Amino acid sequence: MRSIRAAAVGAVTMSLALAASACGGGSPTGGGSDDSPKTLTYWASNQGASIEVDKKVLQPELDKFEQQTGIEVKLEVVPWSDLLNRILTATTSGQGPDVLNIGNTWSASLQATGALLPWNAGNLDKIGGKDRFVDSALGSTGAQGQDPAAVPLYSMAYALYYNKKMFADAGISKPPATWDELIADGRKLSQDGKWGLGVEGSNPSENIHHAVVFAKQHGADFFTADGKPDFTSDQAVEGVKQFVDLMAKDRIIAPGNAEYAQNQSVSDFAKGRTAMLLWQSASANLKSQGMSEDAYGVAPVPVQSGTPGAGTGVNSMVMGINLAVFKNTDNLDGATKFVKFMTSDAEQKILNEAYSSIPPVKGAQSDQAFNTPANAVLKDTLAGSAVAAPQVADESQFETAVGTAIKELFADAAAGRAVTTDSVKAALEKAQQQMPTK
Amino acid sequence: MTTTVPAETAVRHSSPGTADGPRRRPGRIRRVGLPYLLLLPALLLELLVHLVPMVIGIAMSFKELTQFYIRDWTTAPWNGLDNYRMSVDFNAPVGEALLHSFLVTVAFTLLSVGLCWLIGTAAAIYMQDTFRGRGLLRALFLVPYALPVYTAVITWVFMFQHDNGLVNHVLHDQLGLTDKPSFWLIGDNSFVALLTVSVWKGWPFAFLIVMAGLQNIPKELYEAAALDGAGMWQQLRRITLPSLRPVNQVLVLVLFLWTFNDFNTPYVLFGKTAPEAADLISVHIYQAGFVTWNFGSGSAMSVLLLLFLLVVTGVYLVLTSRGRRTRHV
Repeated sequence: MRSIRAAAVGAVTMSLALAASACGGGSPTGGGSDDSPKTLTYWASNQGASIEVDKKVLQPELDKFEQQTGIEVKLEVVPWSDLLNRILTATTSGQGPDVLNIGNTWSASLQATGALLPWNAGNLDKIGGKDRFVDSALGSTGAQGQDPAAVPLYSMAYALYYNKKMFADAGISKPPATWDELIADGRKLSQDGKWGLGVEGSNPSENIHHAVVFAKQHGADFFTADGKPDFTSDQAVEGVKQFVDLMAKDRIIAPGNAEYAQNQSVSDFAKGRTAMLLWQSASANLKSQGMSEDAYGVAPVPVQSGTPGAGTGVNSMVMGINLAVFKNTDNLDGATKFVKFMTSDAEQKILNEAYSSIPPVKGAQSDQAFNTPANAVLKDTLAGSAVAAPQVADESQFETAVGTAIKELFADAAAGRAVTTDSVKAALEKAQQQMPTK
Repeated sequence: MTTTVPAETAVRHSSPGTADGPRRRPGRIRRVGLPYLLLLPALLLELLVHLVPMVIGIAMSFKELTQFYIRDWTTAPWNGLDNYRMSVDFNAPVGEALLHSFLVTVAFTLLSVGLCWLIGTAAAIYMQDTFRGRGLLRALFLVPYALPVYTAVITWVFMFQHDNGLVNHVLHDQLGLTDKPSFWLIGDNSFVALLTVSVWKGWPFAFLIVMAGLQNIPKELYEAAALDGAGMWQQLRRITLPSLRPVNQVLVLVLFLWTFNDFNTPYVLFGKTAPEAADLISVHIYQAGFVTWNFGSGSAMSVLLLLFLLVVTGVYLVLTSRGRRTRHV
């Protein structure tokens, strides 16, 4: 009898405990506070060759911040495959980090959720004002006419990386400046099991970065001025087709690249299997793969004709990482201090050097470290011929829909199926129909 | 326990009749209530882990839950049946894609369950006779079932790679069966790749269950049948399969539900965006919800999937149990 009673008491207690814990949990509607001024949680994106590398780069800086302010920063480096989902979950539950890195193309989409602290003039003043940042970097921090949802942290741009020895062996004296030259060079280089160029055919985001530039070079945008999807204009179709044709028609990309999604194209380039690579700020990545800096050259991404510039001379998206404060933070003051610290001239220099990116802060950009030939190309691109990602709320859906359409087109090309203007248009049409209508 | 019994009987003896009722009632409530009380934690956990999220999911399916509202989803506007209307409008792209994904899943499930059952049953029957190394083989057959799904499927991804995967190495380089290396993870072949992994992963379970079922068939039946001149095939048809019927009934249902809902295999094999030929409904719904940030329509599609599976399961159970009842009569 006694044991049954004990069991009954246990059952009731456990039920009560369950009921109590079910009622707990965060409220997603809070607006930020200063309840725990001594700690911060920071989600960093994976910038280095691995998460371990990132921890090694960031931890000493976080320790420095703790010494200066007494605020302990708990670091978590989140892999790219999880980052957006983690942010969405944090947004929904209200339980998230205090400060976080976001890919700058997501700025407008995440801004629309209202989860990030808007950087109005008052907040910007606390970190030294808007004028400290480079204009092109500020252009990728949210929809126009709204307060930025984040501040720029690292700037990156696409460049053409080429293998110097393979170029010399094929008798090519200088890197291609136009796509026609790239195709001609690529044909010379694509032989004996080696290939001219590498791409990440199964990575929707990577496809999008190129598609936006190719479309722009033909004079097309994927969104109208008032933010409506416009994927099927003749110029956009032509741009996407030109990109996929590098594999389908020009045959300077190995068909196997169609299933690449884990940066295999970077390893292929580092191992000398492909002679050219279009990549953003690849130096640190190539170094960690064992390719010495003398082995490759860096040139601007080719254009249709002439030289890179504004308009149809665009040859990269403004790539980069922004730093955002989660609106629900319980250490608003500390979070702002941390953003100020991370965007200070001194930290900008250390961090961007470690990641081979360009500082979006004017004061740090002039430093010697960012005047190497490789960085000069990236800097010029960012300053003169880079286009910001579409700053519309549906940007992340656009990445998925069009990125996936191009993935399927690469699959067609790899399987030897024809990629025609009609098939490209049909794929883009389908992508456009999947976009939200409201 | 023993001490209470005499006391109770003593009470009963001293006052039969009216005084009995009020005294016994609390005891009866206690006796009747105790099982429920003991079930309470399990019930609450079940509510917390399964039912509450399900009900919330159903509620979400009637809302316009896009990125503009996820921060506080209770503020998302109700939009009635709009999400459902969009999901089943098969002339529009979203509905068309869902229908396509549904048909792919049905075909995939039928093939996968069929093959799993066939291979599992065949292997179990061959393993009935004792021979040297039987234990070892049985253990070996169970390896795919025992391996963690992610590890196993990632290994398959490596094997299916176009450039340096084992599958192409064997089929193309060594056997010369194909003109050029095939793509398994993109394009139309992805369906074959998915089916291969699913069957590889699923048949050991069928093998295990059928093997257990076979142990319950009395040997005498086979001996009697052999005396009457029944061959191996006839024994299989007249004794083995009918005796396995109740086992198969459950086995096929469980395999069907697992395969139809399988998320891990396609997700690890193809990532967030599956090729059209292998666009299983679970990943499709995930994409509709998470990747395009429209959790309302994702929920609506999930509810439709739930309804479909409930109907199929209900019809299946009614049909199979009715068949059994009439046979017994």
